[in-house]
Amino acid sequence: MAGGGATGGSVQTDTYAGARGWLLLPAWVTLGILTLAPLAIMLVYSFLTKEFRGGVIWEFSLDAYDQFFFDRGLFGDAPPQIEWTYIGIFWRSIWQAGLATLLSLLIGFPTAYFIATRPEKQRALWVFLVTIPYWVNLLIRTVSMKFLLRDQGPLNEGLMALGVISEPLTIVNTNLAVQLGLFYSYLPFMVLPIYAAVERYNFALSEAAADLYAPRWTILRRILIPAVKPGILAGCILVFVPSLGSFLAPDLLGGARNFMIGSLIEEQFKGNAGNWPFGAAASMILLTMVLILLIVSARQSQKEAR
Amino acid sequence: MPSDTDIAVDVRNAVKRYGDFTALKQISLSIRDNEFFTLLGPSGCGKTTLLRMIAGFEDVTEGAIFLFGDEIEKLPPHKRPVNTVFQNYALFPHMTVLDNVGFGLEMMGRSKTEARKRAGEVLEMVQLGQFSHRKPAQLSGGQQQRVALARALAPRPKVLLLDEPLSALDLKLRKAMQVELKHLQRETGITFIFVTHDQEEALTMSDRIAVMSAGALQQLGEAREIYERPRNVFVADFIGDTNLLDVAVDRIEQGRAQCHLGGGHQLTCDAVEGIGAGANVHMSLRPERLYLSAEPIEVESLKGRVRETIFIGTDTATIVDLADGPQFTIRSSNSTRGNARVFEPGAEVFVNMEQGAARLLVD
Amino acid sequence: MATRPYDLRRYPGFLGITILCLVILYAPLLVVTIYSFNSSPSITNWEEFSFRWYVDVFTGPESDKFKQAAWNSLIIAIIAATTATTIATLAATAVLRAGRFRLRTLSIGLISLPLMVPEIVTAVATLIFFNAIAFERGLMTILLAHIAFCIPFAYMPISARMQGIEATYEQAAQDLYATRRQAFTRILLPLMMPGIVSGFILAFIISLDDFIITNFVKGAGVETLPTAIFGAVKQGIKPNIMAISTLLLAVSIVMVTLSWIIGRKDKTS
Repeated sequence: MAGGGATGGSVQTDTYAGARGWLLLPAWVTLGILTLAPLAIMLVYSFLTKEFRGGVIWEFSLDAYDQFFFDRGLFGDAPPQIEWTYIGIFWRSIWQAGLATLLSLLIGFPTAYFIATRPEKQRALWVFLVTIPYWVNLLIRTVSMKFLLRDQGPLNEGLMALGVISEPLTIVNTNLAVQLGLFYSYLPFMVLPIYAAVERYNFALSEAAADLYAPRWTILRRILIPAVKPGILAGCILVFVPSLGSFLAPDLLGGARNFMIGSLIEEQFKGNAGNWPFGAAASMILLTMVLILLIVSARQSQKEAR
Repeated sequence: MPSDTDIAVDVRNAVKRYGDFTALKQISLSIRDNEFFTLLGPSGCGKTTLLRMIAGFEDVTEGAIFLFGDEIEKLPPHKRPVNTVFQNYALFPHMTVLDNVGFGLEMMGRSKTEARKRAGEVLEMVQLGQFSHRKPAQLSGGQQQRVALARALAPRPKVLLLDEPLSALDLKLRKAMQVELKHLQRETGITFIFVTHDQEEALTMSDRIAVMSAGALQQLGEAREIYERPRNVFVADFIGDTNLLDVAVDRIEQGRAQCHLGGGHQLTCDAVEGIGAGANVHMSLRPERLYLSAEPIEVESLKGRVRETIFIGTDTATIVDLADGPQFTIRSSNSTRGNARVFEPGAEVFVNMEQGAARLLVD
Repeated sequence: MATRPYDLRRYPGFLGITILCLVILYAPLLVVTIYSFNSSPSITNWEEFSFRWYVDVFTGPESDKFKQAAWNSLIIAIIAATTATTIATLAATAVLRAGRFRLRTLSIGLISLPLMVPEIVTAVATLIFFNAIAFERGLMTILLAHIAFCIPFAYMPISARMQGIEATYEQAAQDLYATRRQAFTRILLPLMMPGIVSGFILAFIISLDDFIITNFVKGAGVETLPTAIFGAVKQGIKPNIMAISTLLLAVSIVMVTLSWIIGRKDKTS
């Protein structure tokens, strides 16, 4: 077709069709052995019997899932009741990750919008400013957050020196600290997709709405936000998913009372409480939740695209 | 009849299908050595597909392509002695102009020095010698166009393929490049196959034109032939302006067809093979080969009334409603030597036609 | 007072939130940087400006441990990033330059799989895998795990760059008698370079940054910088940790700035 010449790149891209097997082989071998196979083996391990000092005995068992969902008393002979401990930890993780996502959205949306409406030459610099901290080691960022927020930390000292508060605020080891930590960990994931969506947004739509007597905030609510919804959805997913399984922020900022999935799983593979099949089962449950979420959101964005 | 050695590219029954979609329906055409050949048609007609099949970027679903007698449709692009000037030039952005132009020779196995020497010569030929050490991005659109041309000519291809190479240039530059391309073709003696959707460009430059539409060849011939004797409605309509009329053929006598159109007006024109008495067909009348008069001049002068007169610079167009019949557009030159007489709207006039102005169309 | 002309794009308060956002992002890093220059062994009281803890990092009682950990981190990051970048470049070529084929979508899915699976799950799975095949844990297990999860990070900028390169360049090369291999090495690869460099830097930082997976698959006594720091922080934040953190922070910022400048320069040419 004549149209093919105009777009060039989109039509004829089979230059290396003959070599595609060789080009893909390294990726398939590496990821097949080091990502796919481990996930499959993890699934197998979740159905095995635990060995007491870590590891497994190769005997089929549903104990791990049973332990996760049911309480059969201290000796395992009481009538089964729903075990709320682990479901509770999962629920708290979802809740914490959800609040962290909300916090990221509340701060990330105006930031992304503000950046996207800067003159074109300044935008890259603003995006860069927002993303730099992401490239700093996550552990160091979390430790820094803890250092800043702790009871005798600079934040409390500063606020007391200014006379805003008389007693230090307890922030570390609270839910808020975890949410702040998660927000800090994944904020760029919220800002970047929203930024990209707003940048593509056609502001003539806002002008048309204003022309039809819509005030500023109505335009935001009725025109702009629906138009950039795919970006917002992507941002929420990108923050929520890693928050759900995060380990560092709850471990360092949350303390023992704010246990999340990540810590629960980690504990199964460290020290003496180790229960590998249980850890594998908890990981499988987490993975299933995340994959369902990703599939649903992909369906959703596909529907929106139509 | 040209002999086999005079044929540069011979396309035989070439078909191109993408899944269920047929982009080319059995095309056969022969392009002579040393000619400026144009594939003309609207976008989507298959002209670029055909060009890319000759270059080797599209495989041929069915049929064969010969280059100076050798079958080439199975060869990869780098084994075909043809070069392409791409629509957006595709100049390698990371190489200098000189290295771009020398690339083909280097790939053919020439030494870097030799490639550069020849590249320099070709760049002189397109008057870009002083830009040889620049990067493509530092050149204007017209200069990039010349570099693309130089790059494709440097390896001395047997056939040069040009895929709408002038479409990105502004009108003035395009006109200048048309003349230069034609000149370059004569000078180098290389067969040029040129793809365009611009009928004026095709008429200006080509020795022969193949008009294509919907994946099929509509007509192949010299520029004048295609303009003056279009074979069908598509060609008549696509090339130049024309008056298309529904006519009925009454009888055919001594190579002349007597027809009538709406309102009972009579017209006689050359008979065309394949159209017999009783046929209802279309007729093409080029507006510039019609003229107006206040009184009937011939037996077949058509009586009508002026609806509108439009000044268009070099010419004046007059729209005439025939009594109970179709509408006509007549163009007359505005030169003082011309016999142009401007009629006011509403005036009664007679439409007359030059010998051979009317042409019956097969479909 | 003259009022600002009505600007539809402006929403009052958004600038304030943006500034708040930047403050939250930078305050912790800034504070740690400042306190790393505090001469006091206590992290609470400011005494005076000093390089004491930086000297301590390189010569103090824990310096050997941290130097070994830093060396491990660096070696792993270099090898993992190089390998991952190579694999990703080849894979991107297959996905974007080899037409449509049955395994294409599946390949894209496989490459982005490490991004979709929560990191802790990848960590557990990799640990179990090495356990199941009785592969002894140590530097090698860390390296292998890093190569796998660095691939998607290297792949992203590389494929983004490749999508921006029109196929006509390679076609023009082939039209000018270049073989497929020559079209790849002479045209595609040089044009890809900015993407490849970004991919490498991204993979390098991701590897250097990783704690969770490393913590699971490392052998006893083998530490990378993040696991060593984590171990130390568990006993409380000490000033020497802040000095190390500041050094690492500087390395990250320099590298990201470098990659940003490379990316910008390329656009302007």
